[in-house]
Amino acid sequence: MTANSYDAIVVGGGHNGLTNAAYLARSGLDVLVLERRGFVGGAAITEELHPGFSFTTFSYALSLLRPDIIQDLELVKHGFMPLLMPTHFAPMDDGDYLLLTEDEQFNDQEIARHSKRDVDGYHRWEHDLEKVIQLAMPMFNAAPPDIFSDDPADQADVAWMMKQLRGAEKKTLHDLVRFLTGSCADLMDDYFESDIVKSAIASSGIIGNKVGPMSQGSGLVLLYHLMGEQDGQHGAWGFHKGGNGGFTQVLQRAAESFGATVRLEAPVDHVITQDGTATGVVLTDGTEFTAPIVVSALDPRRTFTELVDPRELPSDLNDAINRYRFQGTSAKVNFALDDLPVYPALKGRIDHFGGFVNIGPSLEYLERAYDDAKYGWYSALPYIDGAIQSVVDPDMAPPGKHVMSCFIQYAPYELKGSDWDTEREPFGDTVQAVLETHFPGFGDLVLHREVVTPLDIERVAGLTEGNIFHGEFLAPQMYFMRPAPGYARYNTPIEGYYQCGSGTHPGGCVTGGPGKLAAQRILDDRKR
Amino acid sequence: MMMKTTPFYPRLSELNQTGLYGHWSGYLSAPRYDLSAKHEYFAVRNSAGYFDSSPLYKYRITGPDAERYLAGVMTRDVRRCRPGHAMYTVWCDEAGYVLEDGVVFRHADDDWLLTSAEPNLGYLDSLVGRLQVSIEDVSADYGVLAVQGPRSRAILGKLAPEVNDLPYFGLTPAKIGSAPVTISRTGYSGDLGFEVFVEADDALGVLDKIIQAGDGQGFRPFGEDALNMVRIEAGLSLIGVEFTSARYAFTDAERFTPKELGFGWMLGKDGGQLGEGRPFIGRRAIERELREGTSRWATVGLWVDWQEFEQVHLDRGLVVPKDENPVPWESMLYGGADRDERAGYATSLMYSPVLQRHIGIARVLPQHAAQGSTVHLEITVDHEYLTVPATTDRLPLYNPARKTGSTVELAPISHRMEQ
Repeated sequence: MTANSYDAIVVGGGHNGLTNAAYLARSGLDVLVLERRGFVGGAAITEELHPGFSFTTFSYALSLLRPDIIQDLELVKHGFMPLLMPTHFAPMDDGDYLLLTEDEQFNDQEIARHSKRDVDGYHRWEHDLEKVIQLAMPMFNAAPPDIFSDDPADQADVAWMMKQLRGAEKKTLHDLVRFLTGSCADLMDDYFESDIVKSAIASSGIIGNKVGPMSQGSGLVLLYHLMGEQDGQHGAWGFHKGGNGGFTQVLQRAAESFGATVRLEAPVDHVITQDGTATGVVLTDGTEFTAPIVVSALDPRRTFTELVDPRELPSDLNDAINRYRFQGTSAKVNFALDDLPVYPALKGRIDHFGGFVNIGPSLEYLERAYDDAKYGWYSALPYIDGAIQSVVDPDMAPPGKHVMSCFIQYAPYELKGSDWDTEREPFGDTVQAVLETHFPGFGDLVLHREVVTPLDIERVAGLTEGNIFHGEFLAPQMYFMRPAPGYARYNTPIEGYYQCGSGTHPGGCVTGGPGKLAAQRILDDRKR
Repeated sequence: MMMKTTPFYPRLSELNQTGLYGHWSGYLSAPRYDLSAKHEYFAVRNSAGYFDSSPLYKYRITGPDAERYLAGVMTRDVRRCRPGHAMYTVWCDEAGYVLEDGVVFRHADDDWLLTSAEPNLGYLDSLVGRLQVSIEDVSADYGVLAVQGPRSRAILGKLAPEVNDLPYFGLTPAKIGSAPVTISRTGYSGDLGFEVFVEADDALGVLDKIIQAGDGQGFRPFGEDALNMVRIEAGLSLIGVEFTSARYAFTDAERFTPKELGFGWMLGKDGGQLGEGRPFIGRRAIERELREGTSRWATVGLWVDWQEFEQVHLDRGLVVPKDENPVPWESMLYGGADRDERAGYATSLMYSPVLQRHIGIARVLPQHAAQGSTVHLEITVDHEYLTVPATTDRLPLYNPARKTGSTVELAPISHRMEQ
């Protein structure tokens, strides 16, 4: 074996690439991870951009990471530490707010301020949701079956899937279908009458996708975001110590402890193939590495149109990848702040900043924000999912100072009549103006502002069209159709070439699922 | 008739959002201040928190024979606790059963302070005999504030730089503002931490200064609930939970020797740490136990098998409980091929957020004591007793280097600016 020869090469050191590499290395393979940038993490990074202030440039919170990955990869040993978000805060246009905490009885009182009927509505919502999650979870956690194959093993997988559904209660299965195909607004109307309660929940249904809360299909995005857990509490989110970049540093340590090699500043130009079989990769500087297994952690467009030659692939796959929708509509605006922002109704208090600060006071607000994006412009009044992470993790900023991560929806990748390099700062100003209306004096606190447009997400993190999920969460591009019908089992038509990015099942967010499931597939194939 | 309040109470009661109080040694004591005890728990593990330990019993033991006196009462050789240091120890009855545990703080050759969870003055006085020792109950004279967590040193160091190089279990006089205090590097969290002893009249002023020093750093008060979580992770014994005092036991099954409670390290291998020429209460019994290997139990940590724990719940259509609030009763442990032989019992059991596992402190029969032994933990699922496997380990299960070390690790991030 020469110095540049490995058992497996993983292209891309994002969280799925690292998870994949760690699992392969844990099984005894000699694994090389090639990362284009000077540090791992992909879209899950934490950077000190202003002295003493740590910014979660892109991804900023954790929930969907599968618990088995935490255990299998012994992440705790390497510093894994998901911090509790004790509160969720949703300001309203009239200066009132909804503040949800860890205390159910407090929450009941708080919801009752907005609607007495919504108190038990909230309990019913949580219970029904839990049942839907239970039903969907086994399929979420396992590789999708190949329903197009008549191989007996594949038929057994299909039978397994049908068995999951056959056991379901009528109502729960119906609810699941309503989630997968319906709108957030319809689901919310089943349980709630208060606008702020509806929008505080439904805002999870617009994250990352070009849909409004009233669009059919937004229910799927909502369900996806609630499939996660924080210490067994479904739907709860947390911050990793040091932000999501802290998490990927932990993953790197874990992968390396199992023997994987991580090579930074090593951009891959293409995968080398011979007679339809992958044999290695070439870096942009011409360096070659050989391995019988090459795994792409990049998104489906890069995996199938850039790293390999589409002429080596079947036309149905090429067609599906061409059709596959990215159209990112999300952005970030991150702030270093001199002090905590002040919400006038809660002046002098800090507890409401323990988690997400959800600016989207009604379903109509969210839907109108979407209307702008539909026609090619960013929202005049955008939805903001803010998080003053330094409140929960004081290591993120100097004492008394803060970092605020703001996820913004909607910011369409393609702007009509302009481009993002031109619109970067005006867009940042638009976001800041919304913050200013809810937190008077916000602008005076800003020490540093980082605007991350969809174009930046594409250029820096390498996500096509800035789509944070490696492709939208739409029913036709999920489960056994992600990223393409018949190509959802992590292998590819090129022997030895695999895919493990968020463009494969279960999908985006920091789940580790694609990385893990792809590793299982690779290890199974090696036994054959 | 009213329960007493501690010297810190006027300020801490303002910070208590819950309105909840329990009783501890006759004082009001908050189970939590925040709506979420887990939030307080994370303050201790990720920033720092402060806990009102004032209800502890405190005895000042002075006089030329103080060392000799304590050396005859305490199981651990406290003669090796030099002035400026503290030492955790147990004390036993003559049968070698543990009466209680506590910490001795040696301010000077002949000036000691002993803390304990239960009243001991009558017992301690009864052992003085002809020695030149005076024992004074100073419980109400001082407030004790435990400042615990990775940032505790940085926060206290702003007020009292003495803490910056205070070693683990070191003790130093200091001043906070104009108030004289004693600060020890001790605590009950298994993390970097300190305890500040302050005269009752100065307590509020000192508390305010400490709170102010931690401002903007996630520094918050924590109550008994969070304390109980961190002490289980840290493998620290709690009287009334992990054991009961031999003094109030009805049978020997309720009594335990130091070795059985996991305090073998206090005694040393074959009693090598007991100290030459030191008769103390229980010594002969303890030596006999060590010599003849008659210990009935071993105290170990437990890691519950996470897969089986999940599966027994998922199989029944239940949500897998991961509750950081400790189970408030003993859970039985079994061994043998049919899992029907008594192996011991877990005295504490919880889901640990920092360890991401269900963990416990358990008393097991000696044959299960070896690190890595498998025992079967009884849990109730759907109103039915089931068992799940658990692996034994040495305590503590959570033991960060900063607890005893001189540095605190930096948060892991992707990229830092050049300094």
